[in-house]
Amino acid sequence: MQIEITLLANADANYSAHDLGFLLHKHPDHVHTKKTSAGDATIFYPEVSDGRTTAVLHLEVDPIGLVRGKNQQSDGLLAQYVNDRPYVANSFLSVAMGRSFAQTMAGKSKDRQELADQPLDFEIRILPVALAGDQDLLLALFEPLGYTIQSPEEVEGQMVIDLRLSAKLRLAEILNHLHVLIPVMDNFKHYFVAQEEIDKLLTKGEGWLADHPAKELITRRALKHRRSLANMALARLEETTVADEEDETPKLKPEEQLEKPLRLHDIRLDTVADVMRQQNVKSVLDLGCGEGKLIARMIKERGIDRIVGVDPSVRTLEAAHRKLRLHQAGDAMSERVALQMGSLTYGDRRWKGFDAATLVEVIEHIEPHRLSALVMSLFADARPNIVVMTTPNREYNVLFETMKENQLRHPDHRFEWTRAEFEGWANEVAAEHGYTTAFAPLGPVDETHGGPSQMAIFMLGEAS
Amino acid sequence: MTDHANITIPDFALVVLIGSTGSGKSSFAAKHFLGTEIVSSDNCRALVSDDETDLAATGDAFDLLNYTASIRLKRRLLTVIDATSVKREDRAKLVQLARKYHALPVALVLDIDPKICHERNQQRPNRDFGEHVTRNHAKALRRGLRGLQKEGFRNVHIMKSPEEVDALQIERQPLWTDNREDHGPFDIIGDIHGCFDELTELLGNLGYQIDPYEDGSEDLIRARHPEGRIAFFVGDITDRGPKNLDALRLVMGMCDEGSGRCVIGNHDFKLNKWLKGKSVTQTHGLDLTVAELEQTSDAFRKRASDFIWDLRSHAWLADGKLVIAHAGLKEEMHGRGSGHVRNFTMFGETTGEVDEFGLPVRLEWARDYRGKADVIFGHTPMADAEWLNHTMCIDTGCVFGGKLTALRWPERETVTVAAKQQYAIPAKPLDAGHSLTAQQDHDKLLYFDDYATKMRIETRFKSTIQVPEENSLAALEVMSRFAVDPRWLIYLPPTMAACPTASEGPFLERPEQAMDHYAGRGVTNLVVEEKHMGSRALLVVAKSAAAAQVRFGVEDGKAGVIFTRTGRPFFKDEASEAAVIARVATAMQSSGLWDELGTDWVLLDAELMPWSAKAQDLLKRQYYPTVAAAERSAAALIEALTGKGDADDLSDLKAKAEIKLSNARLMGKTIDGYCWQADTIDEYRIAPFHILASEGHVHSDRPHTWHMETISKLADGDPIIQATGWKRIDLNDPAQREAVVEWWLDHTSKGGEGLVFKPTDFLVRGEKGMIQPAMKVRGRDYLRIIYGPDYDLPENIERLRQRGLGRKFSLAEREFKLGFEGLHRFVEGMPLSKVHECALAVLALESEPVDPRL
Repeated sequence: MQIEITLLANADANYSAHDLGFLLHKHPDHVHTKKTSAGDATIFYPEVSDGRTTAVLHLEVDPIGLVRGKNQQSDGLLAQYVNDRPYVANSFLSVAMGRSFAQTMAGKSKDRQELADQPLDFEIRILPVALAGDQDLLLALFEPLGYTIQSPEEVEGQMVIDLRLSAKLRLAEILNHLHVLIPVMDNFKHYFVAQEEIDKLLTKGEGWLADHPAKELITRRALKHRRSLANMALARLEETTVADEEDETPKLKPEEQLEKPLRLHDIRLDTVADVMRQQNVKSVLDLGCGEGKLIARMIKERGIDRIVGVDPSVRTLEAAHRKLRLHQAGDAMSERVALQMGSLTYGDRRWKGFDAATLVEVIEHIEPHRLSALVMSLFADARPNIVVMTTPNREYNVLFETMKENQLRHPDHRFEWTRAEFEGWANEVAAEHGYTTAFAPLGPVDETHGGPSQMAIFMLGEAS
Repeated sequence: MTDHANITIPDFALVVLIGSTGSGKSSFAAKHFLGTEIVSSDNCRALVSDDETDLAATGDAFDLLNYTASIRLKRRLLTVIDATSVKREDRAKLVQLARKYHALPVALVLDIDPKICHERNQQRPNRDFGEHVTRNHAKALRRGLRGLQKEGFRNVHIMKSPEEVDALQIERQPLWTDNREDHGPFDIIGDIHGCFDELTELLGNLGYQIDPYEDGSEDLIRARHPEGRIAFFVGDITDRGPKNLDALRLVMGMCDEGSGRCVIGNHDFKLNKWLKGKSVTQTHGLDLTVAELEQTSDAFRKRASDFIWDLRSHAWLADGKLVIAHAGLKEEMHGRGSGHVRNFTMFGETTGEVDEFGLPVRLEWARDYRGKADVIFGHTPMADAEWLNHTMCIDTGCVFGGKLTALRWPERETVTVAAKQQYAIPAKPLDAGHSLTAQQDHDKLLYFDDYATKMRIETRFKSTIQVPEENSLAALEVMSRFAVDPRWLIYLPPTMAACPTASEGPFLERPEQAMDHYAGRGVTNLVVEEKHMGSRALLVVAKSAAAAQVRFGVEDGKAGVIFTRTGRPFFKDEASEAAVIARVATAMQSSGLWDELGTDWVLLDAELMPWSAKAQDLLKRQYYPTVAAAERSAAALIEALTGKGDADDLSDLKAKAEIKLSNARLMGKTIDGYCWQADTIDEYRIAPFHILASEGHVHSDRPHTWHMETISKLADGDPIIQATGWKRIDLNDPAQREAVVEWWLDHTSKGGEGLVFKPTDFLVRGEKGMIQPAMKVRGRDYLRIIYGPDYDLPENIERLRQRGLGRKFSLAEREFKLGFEGLHRFVEGMPLSKVHECALAVLALESEPVDPRL
């Protein structure tokens, strides 16, 4: 990866482009090498003349060191040898720039201070860049600072880009901009981001970041999406607190995002909790409990003596444990509420003896041909008196504007059913195992397409 | 009660010593029992309070005593309680404990003069309590003496003086039901119910010789097997059928001679009540037996009654591998004795409810049975005798017009004789006409709680493999979210060891390393195969969907599935999967392999190409961007340096940039070689390298030469099936070794991934355990995909040589054993839960931290 800095001087200029060497404190006739924590930096001048002088900082990152060295991270990309990290312009390059051009970035020049204090014509080339975004991102980052983007003309379809910028700015400004913006374009940092990073960001961003229209995006990416840090930094920038909702990458899951205006999930959970209350249920098995939102509602119900949440994911259960504050629970609460790892495609002897089982937006995550296992374990084996199931109503999908045809609401959904499909399946299951069924739409009902979600209530042996 | 100095006690019992403090219980216990068999209240008191005389700790001490005793009894270990136990209520708790674990309670009473006890106490430190203590103990003891039997103690022995205590000899005897030393072989015969003619026919078919006998006589009928096999009857000899007396004469005759044995059935039990003159309602066919027996002499009836009285509840046989009981037996009752056990064996476990036919609702203990012993039983008439979780009900309703069934054991074959007529009408019709076997029906559902624990899997390869609980849980999550139906998932493949690292030069791996590895372990006969670069695929292929349903118990209408090395469906759309399966099935047909293997299903281990078919996401996200960035970065440097002429200090940098540019391009070219457009299955290439299993056979007993030759026949049947280049080599011949190195260099320089070296025999055991079943040697350019484009620069490769292979070797070995254990289990028809645990364990082991690049 490298950055090329070209100083231009037209005929009537009061300086020579050759003076770039004074600005960078690196003599144009020599090759400068520097070992940095990020890798080996080489600085040389491929072109030197009065009208146009170019300095190149090329950085060689040690790919083996990334995996085996002290910067080693156990998670994600860096743990593998095959990735673009050693080759694309990223936070390593920022580190190398900081180590090589510290004086320049501080705005100092021993022999040409008047040039350092003056906006000059520069061309900048950074390559290769693995841009985490599109052409608009480049514009949003650089135009407000006075850069013209010379290339690329279009980002789409390129795995890496050759970024060329031109601007009339002080060199210190340029280097500070790039120091911050290179990792922002790349959207990845090779080191752990801690609180000190805020100070670094604010120093490098002094005089420009506070007024940058994309400052939130920049701050958030520069602080590697650690929201609390980003908020603190933004607060220090403008002395106001930024609300969480304005996050660039919403924490909402895909289907929640779609369904958000309806607060559909709350409607579903409230409705199911209501059913539990109306039916005087004493013990509930919440299958696919996720992070425990339904459990949190049921805990408040006085009549329910026992709630067991089941989920296949240990991590999800840990989150539920935290959110339900079970680590602080006293004996009585611990006896009443329990979380259990389990799977809906296996039977489970621990599921016997419950009044009710709830499956809120769960069955659509199971492969259709494995539903028979769930039916067996739940309706033939565990046999609670009441089973409440909710699942999306596929008919309603046409009303979500952003959805494409045949798209499902969540990438992990294995199917979504129309009302007729759900009811047909539920009635068959009920008939075979001695249950009766009742159905209800969930959420605002559309005349043609029904509710966004649908609920089935199975009652053991009521009709016969 | 006995005066003899010798007594016998069962070798599994709860022995309660009863006696005052100072009566000599502890010395007595130490003399007759192992230190570990004795649970003493003093000891427990010391353990919970640091002071064995601390009376305040008595409550906790007895909790510990009870807990310790419970665990020992649960594990079927003789346990001696060394506490005074002079009070009835204390003993009651112990009797209850014995009953819970079906151990016989034995009372050994040391009824010693309280004065002697007191004197002894005086001589011991910390026992300086008054004489009233021993006196009170003695009083309490004597009050209870006569009622001990009533309290539930089956054996009671009282010693009245120190001399008697010293003189006593204790002999241990196996329980009646403990016949573990008896290995048969057995012919286990189902409920007879007076079907004498069918019984004699069945015995004849089994090879028994029946002595001539007279009709209408009451002489016993004798029969025996010339090879000494034992006919083992599961009880219910009489009632409902036409010849109850004859059936009784024959069974009694064989048991008398020792050529037969029998456990008690509920009908036998009831018959004996009548024989003993008690009033019984003569229902369920007892009236017919009574009518016949009323014609016999008192002597015969006495003999029959004694015979039934002596029948055992069950038999625990063949080192614990076989249990025979009339109505079956739960694992925790095997080889134990209690009223509970006897009731269970005669009536099964019922809730008291009755079904719509008025029959008791039985709890299905066999469904939950997870024991290793085969449990063979009768009692409940079924249409067919079928295995279910190592249990088999062999009552096939002969008297109801079904058949009489025998199970040959250890052969595990059934032999049946059809009923000559229907002698009685069953309360409910015998079930028949299932499409699935009982085991398959049961296996529709596996139980999470069977696996959500630390797993210990015993393999037939002389090792037991353990999986920590957190790894099992992780595997369960992945399995339940992503894997194919467990009924298809009979195998997951092991990881393969990489060869030891080459010590110098631009190569990280070289064929010499693999050859030296094997030669160093005395394995010189190898098969070397080309390694394909695609995605691992396991193909379960059946002749038809119907054949698949019969063998796998699946109900999805598929004739086969293709899954990845982690058990996920290989294809997103089922149509492609079905099309590939159909083509492989056709090739199996046209190559004659269905017939040659004598099977209608097969499991193939294969590589499916192109790589891009499965790895599209990985390529887009990781590989292509890496190549593009590396190439661009080097090119940019070269471009910048071009203007600089040949400045000395930059020439090195330029030379290196040129190598890097070339490396990036080589990596791109290597990747491109593994990728091509495959919009239809005609563009796929499937290269099988193992025929893992087919009906009745796991093919790990065939050499790799057989696998390769057989697969090449299959490849002739369809162009999408690709044969693999292979050679057999003898490492003792230097020329052959050299030729392999040449082949490897040539193959890998043309873009081949590498070669795999395998001992010609699939499974080879060396001095230190199993020899690695396979070892890969990957090519120089291929490894760029693994270690990055510039891994072979001198400064990089030296560091990469430091790679630990030990864990990978161990993992490969354990996964190999687990995989084949699972396959053997499937082929032998074991319950799916046992097959599934092996696949699950392979997946769980994959979560171990092993360098993924090896």
